[in-house]
Amino acid sequence: MSTVVLLTFTGLGLGALYFLVASGLSLIFGLMDVLNFAHGALLSVGAYGTWWAASGHLPGAGPAGAGFAFAVVFGTAVGTVAAVLLELAVIRPLYTRPREQILATVGVGLAVPALLSAIWGSDARPFPGPKALSGTFGLLGAEVPLNRIVLIGAALVVLTALKLFLGRTRHGLVVRAGVEDRAMVTALGIDVRKAFTLVFAIGGAAAALGGALGGLYFGSVDPEQGTSLLIFAFVVVVTGGMGSLTGAALASVAVGLVQQFANYYTTAGLGDLAVVVLLAALLLVRPRGLTGRLA
Amino acid sequence: MTTATQPRGGARTADHPATTRSERLRRATRWWPALLLVVVFTVPYSALPLPGLLDGPIGSPGNLQLLALCLVFGALATGYDLLLGRTGLLSFGHALYFAAGTYVTNTVMLEAGLSFAVSALLGLLAGVALSALLGAVSLRVSGIGFSMVTLAFAQAGSILVQRDPGGVTGGEEGRAAPAERLPASLVGIEHTANLYWIALAYLVLVLVVVQWTVRSPIGRVWEGIKENERRVEVLGLRPYGFKLAAFVLAGTLAALGGIVYLLLTGGATPQATTSDFTLSLLVMVVLGGTGTRWGPMVGGILYTWADHRLGDLAGSGAVAGLPSVLRVPLSQPLFLLGALFVAVIYLLPGGVVRLPARLRGARTSRATADREEVLQP
Repeated sequence: MSTVVLLTFTGLGLGALYFLVASGLSLIFGLMDVLNFAHGALLSVGAYGTWWAASGHLPGAGPAGAGFAFAVVFGTAVGTVAAVLLELAVIRPLYTRPREQILATVGVGLAVPALLSAIWGSDARPFPGPKALSGTFGLLGAEVPLNRIVLIGAALVVLTALKLFLGRTRHGLVVRAGVEDRAMVTALGIDVRKAFTLVFAIGGAAAALGGALGGLYFGSVDPEQGTSLLIFAFVVVVTGGMGSLTGAALASVAVGLVQQFANYYTTAGLGDLAVVVLLAALLLVRPRGLTGRLA
Repeated sequence: MTTATQPRGGARTADHPATTRSERLRRATRWWPALLLVVVFTVPYSALPLPGLLDGPIGSPGNLQLLALCLVFGALATGYDLLLGRTGLLSFGHALYFAAGTYVTNTVMLEAGLSFAVSALLGLLAGVALSALLGAVSLRVSGIGFSMVTLAFAQAGSILVQRDPGGVTGGEEGRAAPAERLPASLVGIEHTANLYWIALAYLVLVLVVVQWTVRSPIGRVWEGIKENERRVEVLGLRPYGFKLAAFVLAGTLAALGGIVYLLLTGGATPQATTSDFTLSLLVMVVLGGTGTRWGPMVGGILYTWADHRLGDLAGSGAVAGLPSVLRVPLSQPLFLLGALFVAVIYLLPGGVVRLPARLRGARTSRATADREEVLQP
């Protein structure tokens, strides 16, 4: 029983991490038809920003308490700025060439991790975290690490905030309408390009937060972390139906749980395979993903 | 203007000796690939140094190895362009079929103890079977869904190889090819020239196969699918079968490339299975120019050469003396290549092979502009 509880929480924690990456990816794809291959790089930027601040390079930030919270905010802010820069400098000049947009993000996705490893080395760096979050708590006889709960909580907050933003605000309405039919929104005289930058900022912030908290989850940061998470985030986005936030949330929970349980009860690595096989099976039955949204 | 509108036969009459000469010249220059092939073929006999481009004489084993790698990647990029530039399929899983050729051949030699010829045949068949099977599944979704499914399959392959099931793949270390199973003429540094010629033969084969299929009726349908899939359906053709044919052909060529790569590098390493490998193929194709005859090859050769030479440059004293703002990014070839790639997308749509045409176009437009200025008082 205790194993099941531990595996469930670890799977949910991993799913939360996937959701933080996939929510932005899904929105960006839904609105702009851009498959953002640089999203993993944004996660790495967030992780390194937090690590840099928490290691004592930023005054006021540190590895404990409020200092760590400040470091996470700093990392998220750096990731958001990076995402906005990416949209303005790389994506925007290529609006009329959709395939080139994807290719340009591939280039950025290759260059940024290389730059990170040029500056801080390609080896994993230990991630400083507050003592309070490195402990465990007892639940039904299992010792569950606290960082899982932090991740799940952060993902829930992001999901709720995004839902409220999309459902209750005017900007959210434009984004939703843009996902539905971009040409129509433009025809109505609304500048969708502002929404593009906004969605990139939101997606970048979520991914960078994922990177900052992923550092807690993995206990270290390395330049390739974002890229390896990105592939599973892609799986989540396709499984959930592209452009759908609820679909991404459901799919990330499913993917995280399947991966953890299969990795534990069969041989290690089989869980990662199982996820991919499930994706293939799902696409054969329902080519538009779980929620049946138009791809 | 009048010569351009004349019928073709008229241009060949004796009244226009200039046109005839230019046509004869054009017909002669059509054979430049053959001439180039002869030059490339004789490279191992040459001791010509190419300072800056290569270290030492061009025919030295180290340089031949690098050139052979360039040729293999030129061929791989050409095969990959069959999907990207000719059929409009953005596959992120091409590494899988390349790795299938490398790993199956190597593992059969090591585990079953079969000869290289038999193992290579099995490796090629594995590439065909795998691309047919996974292509049949992934082509059921179109657009970006297809890209993601191919990516997921390739990732599964990569995980499988790195987990080292039963010790057959060698995990993260990879496994060296057994020298005793390979033909003696393909082992050892003194036989690098043979490997170079094999790589050249592979490149020629890929170029011929791609050119031939693209010009065949199937190739016309591929072009139609690339332009507008719905209209191909309206014509009463099912795009699925044609797309699968392109996928399997590209997968087969990649598996063959994997076998050549195995010979060239003397082992199978998991780097060849990663999504980065596929992305580098993508970069090569776009760098050179998608959907063109020579573009992917040029891109593959340039990328591979730059990847190796930039690595040498990063380790050299010239870079170590620079201030850290310049030294740090320059020490990472992948950073430079990624940045270069983004620059090419912006500044050179259509890739490097379009560069001469663009320069010519710019010169003509400037000339016309000048003339118009002269005409206007």
